[in-house]
Amino acid sequence: MEILQQIVNGLTQGAIYALIALGYTMVYGVLRLINFAHGDVYMLGAYAGFYSAGWLGLTKRLNTENPVYDFTHWVLVALVFFVAMLSCAVIGLALERFAYRPLRNSPRLAALITAIGVSLLLENGGQALFSPDPQPFPALIPATNLIDQPNFNLTLVQVTIIGVAFLLMLTLQFIVTKTKMGRAMRAVSLDRNAASLMGINTDVVIAFTFALGSALAAAGGVLNSVYTPTIDPLMGLLVGLKAFVAAVLGGIGSIPGAVLGGLLMSGAETAVVAYGYSQYRDAIAFAILIIVLLVRPAGLMGRNVAEKV
Amino acid sequence: MRTFTSSQKIFNTLFFTSLAGATLLVGCKEPAAPNTANSNAAPTSGGGDSMKAKVYEGADILLGEYGSMTGSTATFGKSSHNGIKMALDEINAAGGVLKKQVKVTALDDKGVADEAATVVKRLITQENVLVILGEVASSRSLAAAPICQSAGVPMISPSSTNPAVTEKGDFIFRTCFIDPFQGTVGAKFAKETLKASKAAVLTDVKNDYSVGLAKFFEEEFIKNGGQIVAKSSYSEGDKDFHTQLTGIKGKSPDVIYIPGYYTDAGNIAIQARSLGMKQPLLGGDGWDSEKLTTIGKGAVQGSYFSSHYSPESKDPRVMKFVADYKKNYGATPDSLAACAYDAAKLMCDAIERAGSTDRDKIRDAIAATKDFPGVTGNITIDAKRNAIKPAVMLQVKGNEFKYVATVNP
Repeated sequence: MEILQQIVNGLTQGAIYALIALGYTMVYGVLRLINFAHGDVYMLGAYAGFYSAGWLGLTKRLNTENPVYDFTHWVLVALVFFVAMLSCAVIGLALERFAYRPLRNSPRLAALITAIGVSLLLENGGQALFSPDPQPFPALIPATNLIDQPNFNLTLVQVTIIGVAFLLMLTLQFIVTKTKMGRAMRAVSLDRNAASLMGINTDVVIAFTFALGSALAAAGGVLNSVYTPTIDPLMGLLVGLKAFVAAVLGGIGSIPGAVLGGLLMSGAETAVVAYGYSQYRDAIAFAILIIVLLVRPAGLMGRNVAEKV
Repeated sequence: MRTFTSSQKIFNTLFFTSLAGATLLVGCKEPAAPNTANSNAAPTSGGGDSMKAKVYEGADILLGEYGSMTGSTATFGKSSHNGIKMALDEINAAGGVLKKQVKVTALDDKGVADEAATVVKRLITQENVLVILGEVASSRSLAAAPICQSAGVPMISPSSTNPAVTEKGDFIFRTCFIDPFQGTVGAKFAKETLKASKAAVLTDVKNDYSVGLAKFFEEEFIKNGGQIVAKSSYSEGDKDFHTQLTGIKGKSPDVIYIPGYYTDAGNIAIQARSLGMKQPLLGGDGWDSEKLTTIGKGAVQGSYFSSHYSPESKDPRVMKFVADYKKNYGATPDSLAACAYDAAKLMCDAIERAGSTDRDKIRDAIAATKDFPGVTGNITIDAKRNAIKPAVMLQVKGNEFKYVATVNP
C-alpha cells in the first residue's frame, strides 16, 4: 500500500510539473525560444493567488476557528484561480510584448539572454516587492481525507490538483487541435514565415501562446501552494528548471511530451526520495537531462528535425 | 548540433542563476561610527600574519553582527538584531564600555552560508569592527568562524549549537548549549515524558545543525531502550515532504523528531497531518519563531521543542527583559532574541574586563567568563569555549509556546 501512496504523491507533483512544462514547450514550439522566466511566472501566479485570496476576504474566512466550506467558499476559490490565471496571462503578454518581441529577429542567443534577464528581474523584483520571507498560503481546499486507511490516504487536495491539472491539459489539447487559433499555433510552429504568408497574424498567435502558457503556470502555482503551503519569491527557480527538464525529456515542442515528461520526472524524484536518497532529489533531475541530451536529444516524443546551421 | 545548443543553454542558465545568487547584497546597516582607516596593518600580537585584522582604532566600540535578516530563517536574524540593539541601548544608557559608546554594524547574509563568509570578511576588512556577533544557524557560523579565527577577531555565536563551531579555533565562542545536550534533552523527553518507544527522525541533510541534533537524539534514544524505526531526510529548499512522510508513516512511530528550522517544520507538520499522521512532533530551538504557528497553524499545535529559555519564567531578570522587549518591539522575545541579548552583554562585559580594545585580551576575558548573569541562565564558558546552561522544553499552544520542563546539564 505504501507504493500506492507514493504513486499518488508522485502523480500530484507530476501534474504540477506538467502544467509548467507545457508553457516551456508551447513557447518553444512557436518561437524556438526557451522562456527561462517561465518558472518565475509560476511564482507570480502563486502570489496573485495569495493576494487575491486576501482581497476577496477568503484568507479571513479561513483564519477563523471553524472555516465553512459552503458554496460561497468554492465560488471565491474559483475566483482566486481565475484572477491568478488572468493576471499571469497579462504578465505573459507584457513579457512577450516588451522583452521578446523587440528581439524577434535577432540571434537566438540574444533572446535567450533576455529570458534569463527577465527571470532575474522577476526573482529580485519579487523579493523587493513581496519581501523574501516565506508567506503561509491559505488552505483554499479543506484538508479532508477521501480515503483514510492506515497505509493509504487520498486527500481532497491531491484529487483536486490531479483533476484540475488534467482538465486544463485536456482543454489545452482541445484548443490546439480543434480551434482556429490552435490550428494557427500549429501552423506558426511548423513554419512561421509560411504561416505569415498564408494570412496568419503571427504576432497575435505568439502573444496568445504566451498568455496561455502563463495562465497554466499560474494554475500550477496556486495548486502547488495549496499542496505545500508556503510561498516565497524564489519558489519558481528550481521548479522552473525541473519543468524545463521535463519538457526536454518529453521532447520540447511536444504537448503530450511535456505531460509525460512531468510525470516521469516526478516519478523519478519520488522513487529517489522514497529509497532514502533525498539529497539526490535535485541531482536526479539534471542527471535525466544529461542522459536525454546524450541519448535522445529530441526527447521521448519530439520529432528529430534536421537543423540547418 | 541540437545537442550542443541545448546543453549550452542549460549551462548558461545555471551559470547566470548562480551569478544571481551572488549579486545583490542587501545590507541592513546601522549608522556606523566613521572609523579612521589605518593603513599600518600591524598585528596585535606576534607574527606578521597578513590575515590579521587591523588594530582597532575606532572612536567608539564598534561591534559587527551578521545574520539572516531575510530568507526562510529571517526571524532568526531579526530577533537576534533586536536583542543585540536592546542590550547595547542599556549598556550605553549606563555609560557604555571603556567610557565609550557601543555601536553595531549589522549585515544581512540572507540565510546563505557563502554569503555569511562574505559579509564577515567585509565586517573585518572594510567596516573595521572590533569583535563579531553571530550567527544563529550553525552552517553559517561554521562558514564565518575560520575567517574570524585567522583574522584574530573574537566571535561569539549567540545560538549556534553544532559542536564544530567553536572547534574552529580559540577566538570562537558561544553562549548557548550544544547539540549533544539538546539532542539528549529531546530524546529523554520523548522517552520519559511522552513514553515513546518508537521514534522516527526527519533530518535536513544539508544543515549541520539538523544532522548533529538527529545524531545525538538517535544515540540517546537507543541508549534508553528506544527504537529508531525510520530515518528520513530532506534538503534545504524542499517543500514537498509527502514522499518522506509516507515512508515514516508505514513504520508507525510514536513520535517524530524534526530537528529543522521553523519554515520546514511548519510545512512538514501540515503535510504529515494531511497524510493522517497524528503523532506528536518534536523539534529543537530551530522551531523557536512566531512564524512557526503562522505557517503550521493547527498542524503544529501540541508539538514540543527544546529551547534556550521560556518567556514565562518568573525570574525577575527574565521578567524585566520580556517587559522591556515588548515595550520596544511589541512582541514577546523568542529565545534567539534572548540569546543574542546575552551574547551582546557578555561581549561588552568581556571588553570592559579586558580593559582595552586589544583583541587578544578580549579573547582571554571572554574565555574567563564565569557565572555571567544572563536572561537565558547563568553563563560559564568552559575549556571548549561553550556555555554550560540548562535547556527548557516548550509546547505549542495557540500562538504561544508554553513552558513544560527545565532540563539541567
